[in-house]
Parts: sequence; C-alpha cells; structure tokens
Amino acid sequence: MKKEEIERKQEDLWPEEKSLIEAKISRRKFISRAILAAGGMAIAPYATLAAEAIDAPALPFEKFVEIETSINGRQMKMKLDPRTSLLNLLREQLSLTGTKLGCNQGACGACTVFIGKERINSCLTLAAQIDGQEVTTIEGIGSEEDFHPMQAAFIEHDGFQCGYCTSGQIMSAIKVVENNRAGSDDEIQEWMSGNICRCGAYKGIVAAIKTVRDGNYDKSLLKKM
Amino acid sequence: MYPFQYTKAKEASEATATASRQENSKFLAGGTNLVDLIRRDVVHPDYLIDVSHLDFKTIKAYNGGLRLGAMASNSETAANKELKEAYPIVSQAILLGASAQLRNKASNGGNMLQKTRCPYFMSPPFPCNKREPGSGCSAINGENRLLSILGTSEKCIASYPSDMATALTAMDAVIQTRLSDGSERSIPVVDFHLLPEDTPWKETVLKEGELITAIDLPEESKEFAENSYYLKIRDRHSFAFALVSVAAALVMESGKITKARLVLGSVAPKPWRNREAEEMLLGQAPSENLFMEVAEKALEGAKGFGENDFKIPLAKKGIVRALRIASKSEA
Repeated sequence: MKKEEIERKQEDLWPEEKSLIEAKISRRKFISRAILAAGGMAIAPYATLAAEAIDAPALPFEKFVEIETSINGRQMKMKLDPRTSLLNLLREQLSLTGTKLGCNQGACGACTVFIGKERINSCLTLAAQIDGQEVTTIEGIGSEEDFHPMQAAFIEHDGFQCGYCTSGQIMSAIKVVENNRAGSDDEIQEWMSGNICRCGAYKGIVAAIKTVRDGNYDKSLLKKM
Repeated sequence: MYPFQYTKAKEASEATATASRQENSKFLAGGTNLVDLIRRDVVHPDYLIDVSHLDFKTIKAYNGGLRLGAMASNSETAANKELKEAYPIVSQAILLGASAQLRNKASNGGNMLQKTRCPYFMSPPFPCNKREPGSGCSAINGENRLLSILGTSEKCIASYPSDMATALTAMDAVIQTRLSDGSERSIPVVDFHLLPEDTPWKETVLKEGELITAIDLPEESKEFAENSYYLKIRDRHSFAFALVSVAAALVMESGKITKARLVLGSVAPKPWRNREAEEMLLGQAPSENLFMEVAEKALEGAKGFGENDFKIPLAKKGIVRALRIASKSEA
C-alpha cells in the first residue's frame, strides 16, 4: 500500500474518531446497574460500566468482578465491569476527581496513586486488581484544611501553573523523598520522569521536593490559608 | 474497550489449566503493556487470568546464582542487593527502562513479553502482519525510525524494546515456565523470542497456557560483575524507549579479555547477540581499533529502511562506547 493511501485510510479511521462514533450509538443502550449492599461496611455503589467501556458491547452483570478494597482508609466492597480501570473507578464511580486522566497510557503520570506503599499509574491498573489492596489518592494524603508538607511546598514554590498534573506530581514527589531519591537535582529529575508537566513548572517542582527533603517547608501552610 | 472476562487464579496450576481451556485467554500480571494494548484495540483477549498475586514474587539465591520471581516487580528486582552486586548490568538496564511508577507495577515475567513499540502495530487502522496476519507491513515503507535493522523479514521489521531482556541475554539467563500439564521447562532468554520470518505474529516459543514462573541468573555470570555496562541511547535522557542499547559484559585477566558478551537491544525483533563479535574480543587487550572491528562484525548484515538507517552507525558507536566503559580502558 502506498503511503498516501495509508494516510487517507488513517484520516477516515482514527481510533479516537471510531470510538466516538461508536460511543454515540451505543451510549443509549446502557442503563445504570443495580446497587447492592454489603453488610457492615461503607458501601460504594457497584460500579456501572466504565466510562471507557462505552464504545464496546456490554458485559453481562454476572461476568462482573467483585472486589473488596480500601480507598483512603475507607473499606469498600463493589462489583464492577472488569474493564474498569482504577482511574475510572476513582473518578467516575467514587467521585475522587483529584486523580487526573491525562494520556491514559502510562506516559504522563497525572493518574499516579499509591497501592500499598508504591506509586503506580492508575490508568493502566484494572480496578479488579486492587482487590485486597489499600489505595491512597491525593484526597487521602491531605486536604485544604490540613495540607501534606508536599502540598504546602508546591504552593510555596509555585510547583504548578495550570494544576492539571499537580496531584500526580505530588504523589510521585512524596515517594521520591520517602525513598531517598532526592539527593540531587539530577536524581530528582530522573525519579520524577514519569510525571510530565506541560506548563513546564519543573523548576518549582524540584525546589518543592528539596524543601520537603530538608524539612524546610513553610509550616504555616499546613493550616488552611 | 473490547469486553473480556476476568478471573483471579488461586494457584499456578489453576492459571495454566484455565489458560489452556479458555480460548483466546491471556495472563495478566502488571498489565502495564497489556491493558494499554487492549484499550488501543490491538489485542482482544476474551479472558484475562490474573496471575499477579501468585507465589512467584521472591528473589532468592538458587544453584549458586539468583532466581528472580516472575511476579516480582521490576522495581523490587532492580533494588535487590544481591542482584546489584552480582549482576549489576541487569539492575542498570531495568532502571533505565520506563518510569518509577511503571516499574512498580511491571513484573519480571511480563517484561519478557513486552510487545513492540512499532507505531503501526499499535494503531489498528493500519495493516500489520503481526497484529493481522497477512494484512501487510506498513512500517517497511513508513515511519520506521524506531524499528529493526537486524533480524527483519519482508513481513515485519518490528523491534523488541525490553532493556531487561537485553541485559539478561548478556548474563545467559534462563526463563523457567510451567505448562498446563504440570510439567516445567527451562528456556534460555536468548532462545525465547522468535524472528518474524513468515510468521511475525509468533513472537516467543511459549506454548498455549505456558506461564513464566522465574528467571534464573547462572552462577558463572557473576564473573562479569566487575566489567559490565548497559548503554541506552534514546531521544531524551529519561523515560524513553531505546533507539539502540548495548549490553557489554567482559571478564578481564591481566589486561586481556577472557570472556565477552555483547548484546544489542531495540535494533532487532529480539535481544541481538552476535557470538562471532564476542569471540573477536577473546585474548585481546582493549583498544579502540579492536572495538571498532567488533562493532563492524556485530552489525554485519544490518539493513536500514530509510528513517532508521541512522541506527547502524549509532549502534556501532554505541558498541565501542559500551565496551570502552565495560573494560574500564582508555581505548
């Protein structure tokens, strides 16, 4: 096939366009699913179809996966479409929208959360895989009333501009300090390389990380500003 | 996203039995590659068998060498003290791959099964023999900057991107598997991946339902610890796939090279080991000329496809540099 032909074909059929078209057709077919309860626990609604699953056929409810997990210290039991990513579960089902959807392919780090003690990309994690695990999101590490030192340091050093990548940056930054990977600017850059900032706030991010590493963050910021 | 069923295997025997029973099933470990490919509509498994929690997570001494559990994370493996001491090149290679988040999730077994980063393989509207047998190869006359210069066929020029597997090949590592009939087998990493030839969709020697359980590093390869180096050349300093990588491992005695391993990554459909090039190093003292001759030999038969022509001289220079650093010479 000639290159021009391939390009025309590509024009006709970008995957994004394809899924948009299919989504429009199939979205109407979907209805929200039953909400079931589990005794003695805080109940999250059973996840309906993952937002990203709308461009494909539905899976029968009996094929859904039941999981028990802890998210920001809250025990939950739910049944979900196995296609649901952890990111989608957090944002679309649990309204924990602090974790951001960026590239959805593990390249940008906006979706970084902790499973147990490790930071991971929630976009490439199937929610089914957090069964029995403890998940921590940006909402679980601090709040406007009580900042985490890293949040305070990001404010102090302008570690962001638009703010979209910031929750992922902060989650990674916390681990970089915790795991002693903040010895030098070079080391910080290497261990933060899984988090992209398109505003280019890298200078402020590195400064914020060093501030927390050295315990020099502005403690007054830990209370509501 | 294509609908699939998910099941969490309780043990290895259940995983392999389910895999051989369920048509079009796949094992799921870290998922950092597989979930992405399902989302892109590149692979469509009907059944995912989660093996990530199975009891293959430890890294332990074995037969005088080291056994890396297939389900241990890349992060944990790279940080392992014994690995860093005895096989530092493996730790180096892992840490030069992906990002910290991905390494936390990615498993050792899964790393061996990384798919090519060929842009056409990743984009379903385009013909690709690896994805759709018989549909043609868009890369040969297309955007092939990242793709192979060695081991290609008329059907496929995809490159295999794993840094870890490239270093493991230099260490003569052996993959351990379990089959659905309960038997086990050992496959040297160097024999694990297949060349595309006429069947680019066949990528490894794994059989239906065969599960990787461990990767063994042999005791003999500890000899290379002092004089080994993993060079990764990429478009940016961190978090990028290699354009060319070189695993160079030597044993030096009285200024002469007595053993040598030279494996190239990201230039072929598999980690590319050239034994003739290695043999040229034996009994020799390190020198710029020697390394240049070795580099010529290692790239013998290399063929570019336009955009990736630069990889041939780049690989040669990479070999010289990696050997210079590994031999700790001024050459």
